[in-house]
Amino acid sequence: MITEFGRYFLFLGQLLVNRERFKTYYKLILDECVTVGIGSLFLVALVSTFMGAVTTVQTAFNMVSDFIPKYVISQVVREMIVLELAPTIIAIIYAGKVGSAMASGLGTMRITEQIDALEVMGINSISYLVLPKIIASLLMYPLLVIVAGVCGMLGGYLAGTLTGIITPDDYIYGLRSSYNPFTVTFALIKSFVFAFLVSSISSYKGYNTQGGALEVGISSTQAVTSSVIALLIADYLLAQLLLSK
Amino acid sequence: MIAIEHISKSFADKVVLSDVSGVFEKGKPNLLIGASGTGKSVLLKCIVGLIHPDSGTASYDGREFFSADRDTVVAIRREIGMLFQGGALFDSKNVEQNVMFPLNVLTEMPYPEKIERVNFCLKRVGLENVNKKMPSEISGGMKKRVGIARAIVNTPNYLFCDEPNSGLDPQTSILIDELILDLTEDLDITTIVVTHDMNSVMGIGEKIMFLYKGLKRWDGNKNDITHSGVKELDDFVFANKVMKDLRKAEKL
Repeated sequence: MITEFGRYFLFLGQLLVNRERFKTYYKLILDECVTVGIGSLFLVALVSTFMGAVTTVQTAFNMVSDFIPKYVISQVVREMIVLELAPTIIAIIYAGKVGSAMASGLGTMRITEQIDALEVMGINSISYLVLPKIIASLLMYPLLVIVAGVCGMLGGYLAGTLTGIITPDDYIYGLRSSYNPFTVTFALIKSFVFAFLVSSISSYKGYNTQGGALEVGISSTQAVTSSVIALLIADYLLAQLLLSK
Repeated sequence: MIAIEHISKSFADKVVLSDVSGVFEKGKPNLLIGASGTGKSVLLKCIVGLIHPDSGTASYDGREFFSADRDTVVAIRREIGMLFQGGALFDSKNVEQNVMFPLNVLTEMPYPEKIERVNFCLKRVGLENVNKKMPSEISGGMKKRVGIARAIVNTPNYLFCDEPNSGLDPQTSILIDELILDLTEDLDITTIVVTHDMNSVMGIGEKIMFLYKGLKRWDGNKNDITHSGVKELDDFVFANKVMKDLRKAEKL
């Protein structure tokens, strides 16, 4: 375990040494942004819309007292989506989709000697292959979280108003009342941390694949498992550090 | 010229290379031969630094490699071209992009010059009109040739070939061997070829090192290989039916 941590940090250390020219990374980063950002947009929008819808219905179901105003439903939806569902649940989905693709892509490159080919050319393969993935994740994941937040609240609005759980005016009022802007800052801080963890851990697992096709699959699974564990721990630590009074 | 001295490598308890020394000369193909699992590819990977040996040294024209700082290692590696066993072409790039890759990353060459150089190298390996094909769309022999084109595109001083004939038909194997020989002589570079193909050995084996169970058992050239007096080498050389028949015919 400790050895694995040490190897992971050494791996991260290699990201910034003996880099190629900036021009080399520019196109790679843009390509990765399209893959991890645009490629995940539909899934993120779909999942977050339904998360918002389900949160609205379940919150309404749990509000048993008529003395509680209806707009509280959208307040709860807003807080749950901004604080937890958008950054954290989407990060788990991101790990499953993007993290596993990163690990299997790098793993395949490893077992087919493509990474060795880069090294023999005198190219720092970690920096060349992994740095663009991490930068693209840091750029795109916070945007995906923002999209998830908007879609989640929209999903809640649709589910709430179309089924008569809450009126449109109450829903909008609830979203705007007692709003603390720090929750959005907190969500964005989490999104940067999660993006880094998922992309770096998945890349580490994929890059260090040894063996054949079976091991690529194992690396991909390990990438998702390790990323999810790391981001849940980070989620708790960030909440404790930034939200506890 | 590449000189290696006392290279040893073990994986856990298994000794793969034991105190291997030798000199690989410029302008002629240097062959590393031996049965499967004798440490040929490991030695090749040690020489290019993909595997770190437990002990020993390697020098490229007098420049020590293993103990060199990162900048020197990178500088030496940028003079290396390598053909991998499976070609190691980048799946996501087409033939032209694969061959152009070292020029894109390692040089400031303008695009027209790069494309001219790529086309020259592809023509040199006998491939034309395949620029836009993806690696998955070409045959094994073509992949090897694209791999060679990529290896020579940046005019290397050192060329390494890991089993260039594996999985190829005899005719394509001969083409690849001739190509390696021609490139080595024309470019006057130091070439090391790992092989267990006796056709290659007899075809281009100007200088041969025979490995047996991680030890260097013999070195010489193709003219001496059939009467080396080393049992392990004889077993290896005459395992081939054609070579066996040749020996019988010579005795007759």
